[in-house]
Formats: sequence, C-alpha cells, structure tokens
Amino acid sequence: MDIHEYQAKKILSNFGVTIPRGGIVYSPENAENKAREIGGSRWVVKAQIHSGARGKAGGIIVCNTPLEVAQATDKLLGKKLVTNQTGPEGKIVNRIYIEEATDIEKELYLGLVFDRSSESIMVVASTEGGMSVEEISKEKPETIIRSKIEVAVGMQNFQARELAFGLGIEPDLIRRASETIIGCYKAFSELDATMVEVNPLVISKQKQILALDCKMSFDNNAMFRRSQVSELRDKTQEDSKEIFASDRGLNYVSLDGNIGNIINGAGLAMASMDMIKLAGGAPANFLDVGGGATPEKIVKAFKLVTMDEKVKVILVNIFAGINRCDWVAEGIVDALKKIEIKVPLVIRLAGTNVEKGNKILKESKINYIEANTLEDAANKAVTALNK
Amino acid sequence: MTVLVDKNSKIIIQGFTGKMGSFHADEMIKYGSNVVGGVTPGKGGSKHLDLPVFNTVKDAVNETGADASILFVPPAFAADSAMEAADAGIKICVAIVDGIPSHDMIRIKRYMRRYTKSSKMTLVGPNCAGIISPGKSMLGIMPGHIYKEGRIGIISRSGTLGYEAAQQLKNLNIGVSTSVGIGGDPINGSSFRDIIEKFETDDETDAILMIGEIGGPQEVAAGEFAKENMKKPVIAYIAGLTAPKGRVMGHAGAIVSAYGESAIEKVEILKECGITISKNPSVMGDTVKSVLEKM
Repeated sequence: MDIHEYQAKKILSNFGVTIPRGGIVYSPENAENKAREIGGSRWVVKAQIHSGARGKAGGIIVCNTPLEVAQATDKLLGKKLVTNQTGPEGKIVNRIYIEEATDIEKELYLGLVFDRSSESIMVVASTEGGMSVEEISKEKPETIIRSKIEVAVGMQNFQARELAFGLGIEPDLIRRASETIIGCYKAFSELDATMVEVNPLVISKQKQILALDCKMSFDNNAMFRRSQVSELRDKTQEDSKEIFASDRGLNYVSLDGNIGNIINGAGLAMASMDMIKLAGGAPANFLDVGGGATPEKIVKAFKLVTMDEKVKVILVNIFAGINRCDWVAEGIVDALKKIEIKVPLVIRLAGTNVEKGNKILKESKINYIEANTLEDAANKAVTALNK
Repeated sequence: MTVLVDKNSKIIIQGFTGKMGSFHADEMIKYGSNVVGGVTPGKGGSKHLDLPVFNTVKDAVNETGADASILFVPPAFAADSAMEAADAGIKICVAIVDGIPSHDMIRIKRYMRRYTKSSKMTLVGPNCAGIISPGKSMLGIMPGHIYKEGRIGIISRSGTLGYEAAQQLKNLNIGVSTSVGIGGDPINGSSFRDIIEKFETDDETDAILMIGEIGGPQEVAAGEFAKENMKKPVIAYIAGLTAPKGRVMGHAGAIVSAYGESAIEKVEILKECGITISKNPSVMGDTVKSVLEKM
C-alpha cells in the first residue's frame, strides 16, 4: 500500500526526521491562509498523488506570495496529473501540500528496502539526490553506498555514521544525519514498511538536514496490525477496477490488451498471459481468483472483467484441485445466468473431474468455445478476437 | 523424497480443528499420509477426526513422536506457530497460509539461526501448496491424483502452475518423485536453491523441473548453484514474460524491481547456467521428456 508524501513526512517526523514546515489543504480558499500560517517568504505547492516525477509533470509549483499559493492550488486541484509512473490516464489531485521553500545546499538520496537475497533491510544512499534510484544506478553507480541491517538487532549508530561519512557530510552534521537515517530505519521496521525513500534528503544553507520529498509503501499483509497506517489509504489514487477486485478478495492488475482473463492461481495466471502473448494477443488484465476458484469468486470475476470496455474476448482457465471441475463448471454456468457476456468466451478446465466439468458446460445453454490445453486456450482466444 | 517426507513421516496439523485444517487433514489422510494428531491451543485432550488434539506442539511431539507439521493458522499467528514447531523439534514444517507479513518471515528465519544445521527445521512456504511424494505422503493441499509416481522432482513458486506441470508430465506418462511448492511470498522458508540441493542428493530423483516467476533473486541463485554443484539436469520455466515492471502480480513476491528479476533476464541467466528452458508453459512436460531422452 502506498501513501502520500505529506503522510510519509508526518510519519518520519514522528521518528525524529526533520521536515520543512507545511500543511495540507483541500481548497484554494484555505491555501492562502495556510501559507501565512506556515510563514516564510517562499512556498512550494505540491500536488499529492501516488507517483514520483511530479515535478516534471507540473505538479510542483514554487510561489512567492500567498496569493500565488492560492492560484497554484486552484490550478492543480481536481486536475489529472500524468507522470512517467502513472500511465496515460494519470492520477487525480485532491489534496495539496503547501510547504515552506528550502534553500538547498546539497541534495542526497536515501532509500530503504527489503533485500530478498540476504533477507535483511538494505539502506541505500547516494550523493546524487534528486535523480531516481534507477537513474543513479545507471549513470552514477559509483556514488551508491549500501548497508545491510540485521533486523534482529536493528540499525546501529556506527552503521548510520558510516553512511553519513560516506555521503561526505561535514563533521558537525554527522550526528544529525545519523539520527535521520536511524529514524527512517525505525519507521521502516516498526510500521511494516516495504519501502522508505527520502529523495532528496537535503542539507539546507542554514545547515539543517531535511527530508524534502518522501515516499513510503507498506506490506498489505501487515495491515491487520497497522490500523493507523491502513487509514491512510487513498482509494482515489487506485484503479477503480483494482479496488473492486481487492474489496472482493481477487488479485487483479489492469493491463493494456483486450483479452480478459479469469484464472486460478497467480503463477498460472502469469503463464496464461505469456501464452496469449505468444499466440499474438495481449492480455487486458491479470486476474487470480485464488487457488480455490469458488463459484462466488467466479461470479465476481466475470463482473470485474466485463466492467472493462477494452475486453473483446474472455479467457477462463481453471486448474481445479480440491475444488472439482464439475463444481467450477456449475459456478461458471451460474455466473453466466447473472451476467450477460457480449464477447466470445473461451473456457479451459483442467484437473479433477475435467470430463464432468466439460459435460456440464456443454449441456448448459451457454455460448462458449471449449479449449483443452493452455496453448489451445490462448490460440482460440486470439482466433476469436480476429473473427 | 525421503529427505522431506515419506510413508513414515508422522504428521501433525497446526490449526487442526478449524475449517481449513479439518478439511485438508481429511484429504491428507485419504491420500495415505500418516497424520497422527493436531494442535489447537485450549482444545488439548479432546479428539478430532478420531485423532488426538494437543495444546502445544511440544505435547504433540512428546506423545506421538511427530516429525512433520502443516500450518493452517491465520496469518497473524503463523509466525508464532512456525517458531513453536521449530522449537518442539519438528523436522519439516509446511506453511500453507497466505498473508504472513514479510517482517514476520524475517523474524522466523532469524529465530531458526539458533539451531545447528542438523537440528534445524526445514520450513516450506508460506503461501504454497505444500509437498507431495506421490504414493508415499502428502503434506499439502494439492489434488494428489494428478501426480504419477516417478523420478522427476518439481519445485514451484505457484501452486496451480505446479499442478499444470504434474498433469502435463502424467499425460506423457512421466512421474514425479517429489513436488515442492515453495510459495509466492518475497521471503520464504526454503528457496529454490535449498530444495534443488536436496534433490541433487535424492536417490529417487533423476531430473528437476523448476517453475519460477518474475521477482526476486531466487531462480538465478538456484541456477548458479546448479552450474557449480549439480550433475542432474535442471529444466526451468519462468512465468511472467508479459508482466509490467513495478506491479505485484498476485503473489506478493512477484514484482520486478531490479536487474535479473524479469522473466526474460532470468531466462537468459539460467540458460548461461546450463539449464534447459521450457519456452512456454504448455511445453513444460515436453521439455522434460526431451531432456530425459538425451540422458
């Protein structure tokens, strides 16, 4: 789960990271007052969307008067911002963060992620703040320093100090820099985060160490014990079909193609998408109804896939295990009584009681194309598309 | 594979009296697995499915001599149950449950560092289908009848894609020695490398089919291990050629975030390690067959 910049800043500041003064507004009327309340003589108006690269997309505006702050807020609110991370449909701006402008002396990069090889937390830092970590590792890999943290004992002061010295931070600021890094580590480990990124982490002309832009992501599996974090979810930043899916226990990812998929199991779903591609088609979605593929889930899956106007063919691929094919087939027949399908439907069943399952489908009145193997299913879906 | 489970493995179910635990315990018993009891804290002393229920894993181990366990406890309590199993002297534990926080998985693995290699429990999963040695024992939730007895080892992150492979092999009259679902989470109990190493020393296995997917370094680590240390042939399929970067594809661990984590990159690296690639998921069986014919 992702959260907004201003939310991540609030969290990090609770862990001892210094952030510029700022406040959130939902309307231009409040923006002017908020700027005065924050004080100072220059402000940055920042569109809050779940994406990086907002600056290049025009989502960050520097202002010199409170009136300009109001105008900039007015300009951004309600707008869809398209960045290189949002896809062409962009993300809507419903919240604006107004922040006192910082006199930047130096921009650094600080990121924390899980390292899946060593199963520890990896802290990554670089002197090249402001660029994305992908750009840094491509263009200035020699500036990257890493520290692996043993989670059982947590981050030690010397590890933070080594990173701070490695970034070339001047001696007077080392202590503050170490506290900042350890604060980020504590936020990561105590709140079940999967990513904390401060980019840039800046040293101001006034010799303050400030988190100028922050991103945090959290482990969805841990939200049951992080109610304060889960409350920060902003559904306006998510794909409506993906919200529909996650609310119903389905794993769904919206894609660009036109062959809709209903599959049980994440691996089989990815494999089916691969087969579609090899057959010359393109998947409209990734959809895993879960290993069990219960009739209820199948009904929900059909609803979801038919919501997508791009879909020109639907491919159902179920490998039934403990749940038998006859049971799955009944679920499909039942779903099609409730939902009208206007596009060709290809169904491939496999596993337990496959003959019984196919018999039930055949004897029902549903209009579909039967497929036997994974390859057959993908080929038939692509052929149906081209008819 | 006798190093994981066999006919003699004494199995207990953790979360025995729940709906999932009861259903799958019954399926395992029907398959012929030697289920000796279960654990549900607070229900010790009672009987369930005609088998004894214990309050703690230690009690179960002391009374029944259990050496294998399977977890059907909710995600919030799963880490605790896995550590309890390790501490009670269970040798192999399968965590079926989907939804264990990554931080908890790291905690389990750190906890298990206290044991020496010979006394350390093997944890398989979470978010997996479990283990089956066809005709011997099933410590999992798979449909047992799709597995023919034989000499191919299967390791898969995905459950249903593992079934697909077993079915393709069966259709070609090729059987399976043991199939291990290692699960779809970013941090798991046993990696491809851990299991592939066990297969290399398993007398009942001739060749290994590894079914991976996008995300994480594990397939590559197994490939590098195979290149240096293995004599048995390895065949691999990697799912997710069409998966977009940066998105989680169902499995929490299926996300491309670094070099070497996309399907195409993994395939290239595995080829360099001398592994035979099944170029698409519908020819996993055929690819195994062609490798066997060359042996």
